[in-house]
Amino acid sequence: MIPTEQEMLSALQSRHGTKLQSKFSASAVAVCGLGGLGSNIAIALARAGVGKLILIDYDRVDITNLHRQQYKANQIGRYKTEALRENLLEIAPYINIETVNERLTEDNFYGYLKNADVVCEAFDCAQAKAMLTNGVLERLPSCYLVAASGMAGMGSPNAIRTRSVTKRFYLCGDGVSDVENTMGLVAPRVMLCAAHQAQTVLRIIAGEFEV
Amino acid sequence: MVKVNGVELDIAGKTISEYLACTDYDTTRIAVERNGEIVFKSQYGETVLKDEDSLEVVSFVGGG
Repeated sequence: MIPTEQEMLSALQSRHGTKLQSKFSASAVAVCGLGGLGSNIAIALARAGVGKLILIDYDRVDITNLHRQQYKANQIGRYKTEALRENLLEIAPYINIETVNERLTEDNFYGYLKNADVVCEAFDCAQAKAMLTNGVLERLPSCYLVAASGMAGMGSPNAIRTRSVTKRFYLCGDGVSDVENTMGLVAPRVMLCAAHQAQTVLRIIAGEFEV
Repeated sequence: MVKVNGVELDIAGKTISEYLACTDYDTTRIAVERNGEIVFKSQYGETVLKDEDSLEVVSFVGGG
């Protein structure tokens, strides 16, 4: 039996307090890339009661994603946007989800992200990360960006950290562990980085800007 | 002197493009912050580094 919207809201208010929850409920967060980072970020934000998520990815769920991404074996072959929407609605049935089933480029990102309060950069490719970072910071002057760089491999969990590069640009990760030079990505280390990003998003929404 | 990623370098008077050209940075993977603000990519060639500027070049690595 799924709780009513009011029951879900009351539970969140009892955990977070009414004032903080009203900020979470009123916010819109874009998650760009729905892999190991993005799928974990989206689940954390949905659980916290963020009102609206804009989920962006062009790809489909592959069997090689299951070791770190929040999809299920029976979702292989589905678009990540649709599979993640389904998983999020099981957790937070009244969240507002907008999906964009496209590759973000310099030419199209503005239209999809212009209404977001915070944008999470959660791509895999270094060039795409840089493109989105420069694009958001140049063209969306009221938006905050929470990006990630360096979470591959079997390195120490303690090397993953968050820092602010500018007032609107937060960067999570160890800064160096490239997927190209390591054994690959492992679930907990990617989840750690995603958790840094999600917590930074919530802090920004709460008006806490120190790292 | 210009501080770049925490290191003092004698590059005052150069543009950001000129500085980057002397480094190994892949310009398709970077974002540049100068004195607390992001530098637009279109401005790298026109932004002349001044004495006491503080610069950070964020070079993204892959994985996500």
